[in-house]
Amino acid sequence: MTVPTLSIKNLHKSFADNQVLKGIDLDAHKGDVISILGASGSGKSTLLRCVNLLETPTSGDILVNGELIEMKQDIKRGAIPASNKQVERIRSRLAMVFQSFNLWSHLSVLENVIEAPVHVLGVPKKEAIVKAEALLQRVGLYERKDYYPGQLSGGQQQRVAIARALAVEPEVMLFDEPTSALDPELVGEVLTVMRDLAEEGRTMLVVTHEMAFARDVSNKVLFLHQGLVEEQGKPEDIFTNPSSERFKQFISTVY
Amino acid sequence: MFALYGYQEIFLEGAWLTLQVALLSLVLSVALGLLAALAKLSHSTILKTIATLYTTIIRGIPDLILMLLIFFGGQLLINDMSYTLNEWLNETITGYYPTHEWTAYLPEYIDISPYFAGIITIGFIFGAYMAETFRGAILSVDKGQLEAATAYGMNKYKRFFRVMFPQMMRHALPGLGNNWLVLLKTTALVSIIGLQDMVKIAGDASGSTQKPFTFYLVVALVFLFYTAVSTSVLKWAERKYSIQTR
Ligand SMILES: Nc1ncnc2c1ncn2[C@@H]1O[C@H](COP(=O)(O)OP(=O)(O)OP(=O)(O)O)[C@@H](O)[C@H]1O
Ligand SMILES: [Mg+2]
Repeated sequence: MTVPTLSIKNLHKSFADNQVLKGIDLDAHKGDVISILGASGSGKSTLLRCVNLLETPTSGDILVNGELIEMKQDIKRGAIPASNKQVERIRSRLAMVFQSFNLWSHLSVLENVIEAPVHVLGVPKKEAIVKAEALLQRVGLYERKDYYPGQLSGGQQQRVAIARALAVEPEVMLFDEPTSALDPELVGEVLTVMRDLAEEGRTMLVVTHEMAFARDVSNKVLFLHQGLVEEQGKPEDIFTNPSSERFKQFISTVY
Repeated sequence: MFALYGYQEIFLEGAWLTLQVALLSLVLSVALGLLAALAKLSHSTILKTIATLYTTIIRGIPDLILMLLIFFGGQLLINDMSYTLNEWLNETITGYYPTHEWTAYLPEYIDISPYFAGIITIGFIFGAYMAETFRGAILSVDKGQLEAATAYGMNKYKRFFRVMFPQMMRHALPGLGNNWLVLLKTTALVSIIGLQDMVKIAGDASGSTQKPFTFYLVVALVFLFYTAVSTSVLKWAERKYSIQTR
C-alpha cells in the first residue's frame, strides 16, 4: 500500500470544555475526492481547519505524505506545533478554499494568484505570472486579471480562489463549503471547475452541502455527527444503502 | 518671488525646515504608533501596560508643556548619562592602570539640537494619537484575510507586512490624515526651543521690521498651502483605496 497523501489519526479537538472532534480517522490517497457531510455544528469546518493547523488539534496525528506534524505541550496553551517552520512549509503544500473566498482585497486578481508562489514558495515572479495567467484562463477569468476582488461576483471570486489554490501545486486541496455563500445561479460555475479538478486526479477534501457533488464526483463520503464519523464509504453504497439511521434522516432532509 | 523686506530667502528656508520637521516627525510617529498599537493588542501584560501608560500620559499633557519637558529633560538626562558613563569608564580603567589620567571619553556637555529635539518630541506626541488610529485599523481588518495568509504558509512577518499592513492602512487613512494635519500645525511649537523654522523667523522679522501682521499672515498662508496640498493627496489616496475595498 502506498503512503497516504494525507492521514488523520485519532484527531480530537476541544474549545474550552466543548468537545468538537472526538477521534477522527481519515486517509486520503492521491486522487481521492472525499466529501465531508454533516449537520451544522457537527465539526466539519473544525476538521478541515485542523488539517492545516488553522486550529490546533487537542490530540491526534496529522501526516502529510507520511511526514508527521510534530506537536509539543505548552503549559499555558496545551498542545502547540513544535516547529512553526514545519507547519508553514506543510501549509504551503495544502491549499484551502474558503466559504467566504478570502481573496486578498488589496491585491488584483493576478496578484492574488501569484502571491503565495512568489512570496512563500520563492518561485520567480515571471514564471509565476505565466502560470497564473494559464490558471486564470482555465477558470475563465483571464480577462479579469487586473480587477480587484471587490469588483467581481461571488462565483468569479471563488473561481479566482481556486486558481490561487492551484497555483501552489498543492498535495491536497481543502474546500470548506465553497458554494454556500453563492447565489444559486452562481453555484454551477464553481462546481464545474471542481468537477474538472476531480477528473484530472487532484486530491480533494470537500466540506459541502451539495449532495449531487458528493454522490457523483467524490469517491468517498464521510458523514460527521457530533464530532464522530457516523457513516463512511463509497457514495454509491452509502447513499443507496445507508447503515446509520441519522445519515438516512440527513439525506432525506437535504433532498 | 515675493519680497519680504529682505527676509524672503531666510523665510523660505524656514518654511522648508518646517516641512522637514513635520515629515520626519510623521515618520517617527507612524513607527511609534504602530509599535504602540501592536503592543496594546498583544497578549503580553507588560507590553500592554507600557503602551497604555505612553498613550495616556502623552494625551493628557499639553503639547507645549511636553515639548519643553522633553527638550530640557532630555538634555539633563543625556548629560547625566554621559557624565556617569565617563566616570565609570575612567574608574574601570584606573582599576587596571593606576596611573591613568582622567579623560572625557564622551563629551562633557552635549547640546541637543533643537532640530532633532523637535522631531523627537512631535514624533513622540503624535505616536500616541497614531496608536489609537492604528489600533482601530488593525481591529477592522477582516479575520479571513489573515487566515488566508496563514493558510497559504506565510509566517507572522509576511502576514503582517504583506496583508495586515496594506489592509489596515486603508482603514487608518482618514485618521492618519487628520493626525497629519494637526501634526503639521503643531510644528509651530518648535520655534519655542529655538529652531529657525518659519514661525521663529517671522517672529524675529516682525520685531525688526515692525510688520508683524504681514509676517504672520505669510506664515498662515504657507500653512494653509501645506494643508491644502495634504488634503488633496489624502483625498486621492482614499479614492484609490476605496476602489479596492468595494
Ligand atoms: N474558534 C472557535 N471557538 C470556540 N468554539 C468553536 C470555534 N470554532 C468552532 N467552534 C464550535 O465547534 C463546533 C463545530 O463547529 P464547526 O464550525 O466545525 O461546525 P460545522 O460542521 O462546520 O458547521 P456549519 O455547517 O455550520 O459550518 C460548534 O459548536 C462551534 O460553536
Ligand atoms: Mg463550517
